Formats: sequence, structure tokens, C-alpha cells
Amino acid sequence: MRSDVARAPLGLKLAAAAGLSFLLAPLLIIFVYAFTTEEKSFVWPPPGLTLKWFAVTWGRPDVWAALSLSVQVAAVSTAVALVLGTLCAAAVSQSRFFGRETISLLVILPMALPGIITGIALRSAFSLLEIPFSFWTIVLGHATFCIVVVYNNAVARFRRTSGSLIEVSMDLGADGFQTFRYIILPNIATALLAGGMLAFALSFDEVIVTTFTAWQQQTLPLWMLEELIRPRQRPVTNVVAMVVVLVTLLPILGAFYLTRDGDQVAGAGK
Amino acid sequence: MSADSANGHVILAQRPGWSGRVSDLFWRRPNLLIVLMLALPVLWLGVVYLGSLLTLLIQSFYSLDDFSGLIIHEFTLKTYAELLRPSNFDIIVRTVVMAALVTFASAIIAFPIAYLAARYLRGKWKALFYLGVMLPLWSSYLVKVYAWKLILAKEGILTWLFGVLHITPVLDAILAVPAIGGNSLSVSYIGTFLVFVYIWLPYMILPTQAALERVPLNLIDASSDLGGRPWQTFRHVILPLALPGIIAGSIFTFSLTLGDYIIPQIVGSSRLFIGQVVYAQQGTAGNIPLAAAFTVVPIVIMGFYLWMAKRQGAFDAL
Repeated sequence: MRSDVARAPLGLKLAAAAGLSFLLAPLLIIFVYAFTTEEKSFVWPPPGLTLKWFAVTWGRPDVWAALSLSVQVAAVSTAVALVLGTLCAAAVSQSRFFGRETISLLVILPMALPGIITGIALRSAFSLLEIPFSFWTIVLGHATFCIVVVYNNAVARFRRTSGSLIEVSMDLGADGFQTFRYIILPNIATALLAGGMLAFALSFDEVIVTTFTAWQQQTLPLWMLEELIRPRQRPVTNVVAMVVVLVTLLPILGAFYLTRDGDQVAGAGK
Repeated sequence: MSADSANGHVILAQRPGWSGRVSDLFWRRPNLLIVLMLALPVLWLGVVYLGSLLTLLIQSFYSLDDFSGLIIHEFTLKTYAELLRPSNFDIIVRTVVMAALVTFASAIIAFPIAYLAARYLRGKWKALFYLGVMLPLWSSYLVKVYAWKLILAKEGILTWLFGVLHITPVLDAILAVPAIGGNSLSVSYIGTFLVFVYIWLPYMILPTQAALERVPLNLIDASSDLGGRPWQTFRHVILPLALPGIIAGSIFTFSLTLGDYIIPQIVGSSRLFIGQVVYAQQGTAGNIPLAAAFTVVPIVIMGFYLWMAKRQGAFDAL
């Protein structure tokens, strides 16, 4: 394999490095702005650095309310998506039945179509059925597009899990529930954990569908959007932005760590 | 074993207890288990999701009474005809052109990253590159848009950078270009374009890299052994094999740009994109039929796009 030893041409390295810095630099900038002393504008370089705005943000009840709603919505949506996504993945990967392709298309559709379509479709259905907006309408939307993330992770793992393990367990006298508890669950556990983490991150960050399914309540992204359109206190927004970046990075690193040995690393199909 | 059970020759005696009986039932009738497993998710997606899409589609055939502002519940194509009005048609053209440009630019920026990672990097460096793509992909969408508002603002980093390099006239010249320029980058089409490319770029890198990983190395060797120059090898061997991946990535960049309404609202000029019109029409204007008709446009465009992508074999690269 001669090409394997070959070194990358300099031009290619430079182009790739430029591309990657284009991707990463804006995230770093967020971290700098969280410490700026400037209140009114986005002036660069920051005139001075301060920790004052962290304290101010800590004392803001609206930020806490939005954060708590976001966490609750993400937790419930992830739970629903875990159950539905795993069931779907198990059925699709265990057998070939009529309409199997249709099922996988149905699962992927909420991600493949632009979020605005999912959002407005849900809203028009709510108004037609006269369902009032609530915590549960937000969860309904979020769980719908979170299913695919869990599904993708679970399907990849089921494909690698040998079906004969299940047959052996049954032959040795275990019933279906024991087989599930002692054979299937340990095999897919890390994939489910990774899928669940990604679903949580996805829901925690979602804004487009949420603008259509929430009414008075603000999730953290909705709070952020409000601040972007009608800024009230820019430094507080800066601090929240930095915290949000940190909070979403943890599940991603976790999911990467859990699935890194597999043929398909989690998260590639957001 | 499975043939036996299908014929009813169960070797073992029945298992004791209700859980045993249920297990036996599922073993004898695997289809029953499949149906039970699928019932919940299919109900959820079929009823909640497809049901909602259907109500949306139906509403696009209703129309709005111009005088009373009420929705007339009768089937008509009047609302679709409104889409062809110059003011509305401009919005559709503008959005599609933007989506095409964003897709093209993402493909060009993504390729070197994907190619380097797929062909030359191994082990630790590869993982690092992968995380370098994943972190921006999964970071909060709004925070990323916000970061660009900071960068593109009149007093922000880019203006400062142009000043430090003493090339401020270049920036002024770019901003003076009619139609795509503006007062500052954050209120111009160039700004909108940059943010779109930034936000959707990872969606292009990952499938392109997946396709490039599958290009057999001996094909590249064969090409150069047969006298192909690097450029010819790239043009006739690597690019055709990477194309399904690039098309797969373009599905995301194209579809996401078509439907986004937040980026042009925060960074961009006052001229509208499809997503913004949909949002405004269903909200303040209360014209749900027109909003629904507008959402059908990206659905139809994406339908065509997916059909073409499928013919190019792009789905194997997803």
C-alpha cells in the first residue's frame, strides 16, 4: 500500500486547516465575549474583561425558568424517543417484513424535511383539533424528531449484535423477558445511552419547531431568540451563550466516547 | 429450528407461568411480536406527524377571503395561484438561488477537510478532526448564529481585522456592491450567505468523508501507474466516486437553507426568504392557506431533489 505512506500535500493541509478554523473560531469568540466589559455594542477587541456578568446572570429568574423548562422538555422527549426509537429499531432489524422500507422512511422524515414544515404542520393540527398549547405540545414536537436519533444508534448496534445470541438464550430455557433483560439490554445499552444523550442535546437546542408549539412558556433557545431579536441585556446573553455551548458539548463528547469502537460513531446523522 | 416451530413441532414442553406462555407465543408467531413492537412508534409518527402534514396539505387548498380575513373551507387552487405573483415568486427564486449557492460553497470548503481526514489521517489525528467537525455541528444553533452576529457587526471582529491589515477599502468596496452589499455585513446578503455556509457545513463534510473513505486506494495507485497526473486522477477517479457523498450532503444543505427562517431574520437584509414568509403568514397575518402553500414549495423541490439523488445512489452514502 504505497499510498498509505504518502504524506498529504501542503496545499490540501492548508485548505483543510482553513476550513476547520472557519468551523471552530466562532465558538471560541463566544467564550471571549462572555467576559467583556462592554455593555452596549459588540465592539472587538473587548475593552476589558470582567466576571461581573456571570453573577448578574446567576441572579436572573427568567434565565433559570427557561433553563428548567428546557431540561424538563428534553428529559421527557428523550424518554419517549428512547422507547419508540428502540422498539422501531428492534422490529426493523430483526426481520424483513412488508413495508420495512416505509417504516424507516417514516422515522427519518421528520429530520429530512425542514423543521419549519414539522412546526407549522403540528401547529395547524393543534389549532384544528383545538388542543391548547402546553408543556405537552412542546414535548410532542420534540419527541417526534428525537426518535430518529435513538433509532439510528439502536439500528447500528442491533446490526452488530448476533441474532444467534438470542436463540441460544431461548434454547437454554430463558423466556423472552429474561432474554431481553440479560442478553439484549446489555448489548444495546451503550448505544441507547449515546442515542439518548444526542436526543437530549437535540431537544435542548431546538428552536424552529418549538416556536410553533409553545405559547407563553420560554425554553432556553426561545429566550435566546428573543434576546437576539430584541436585545435587553447583551452581556447576559453572552454568558448564557457560553454556558449553552459548554452544556451541549458534554453529551456529544460522552456519546462519541461510548460508541467510538463501533463501525458507526454516534452523532454523524444529526 | 425455525422451520420446526413454523410447522408446529415444538421440541420443548410449554414453559411455565404467564411470561413463559407469552414468550412461547411470540416464538411461534414472530410477526405478532413485530406488530406489537411497531404499533406504538407507527401510531405516534403516523398519527401525530403524518396526520399533521396532511392537515397542512389540505389547508393549502383553502383560501382566505380578502374582505373578511376568514378562511374559506372550500377546495380551490387560488392560493397556489398567489404564489406566482411577482412579489411571492421573487421570494421563492431568491431562496432557491441562496440554497444552491450555499450548497456549492459548502461542497468546495468541505472537500479538502473530508479528503484529508479520509485518506491521510489515522488514529488520534483522525478522531481530533472528527470532533472538530462534530463540536460545531452539535453546538447550539442560536449560539452559532449569535457568534456570527458578533463577528459581522459593524464594530465587530471582521471590521477590526480589515482595519489591522489596512485593507478597509476592500471591505467598503464589497459592501458597496449593489443588491448583495449593505450598511454592514450583518445586514447584507453576504452575511446571510456566510452564516448559512457556516451552520450547514458539517452536514456536507460528514457524508463526503464517508464516501471518500470507501474509495479503494489501489484505484488511485492504478490511475497514477497508468500515467494519470494528480489532477486527472482527481477528476476521473476520486470525484466520481465521491459524488454520491457530496450529493447526500447537498440534500441537507439545500433542504435546511430552504426552510430556515431564523438566520435571514437575524443576519441579513429586509428582503424575505420562504421560511420568513411562512412564519409571518401563519402568525401575524393569519393567512394559514398561503403559509401552507408556501411550505409545499420546499416539499416539492426536495421531492425532486431526493428522487434525483436516489438515482445517483446518494442514499448508500448517508
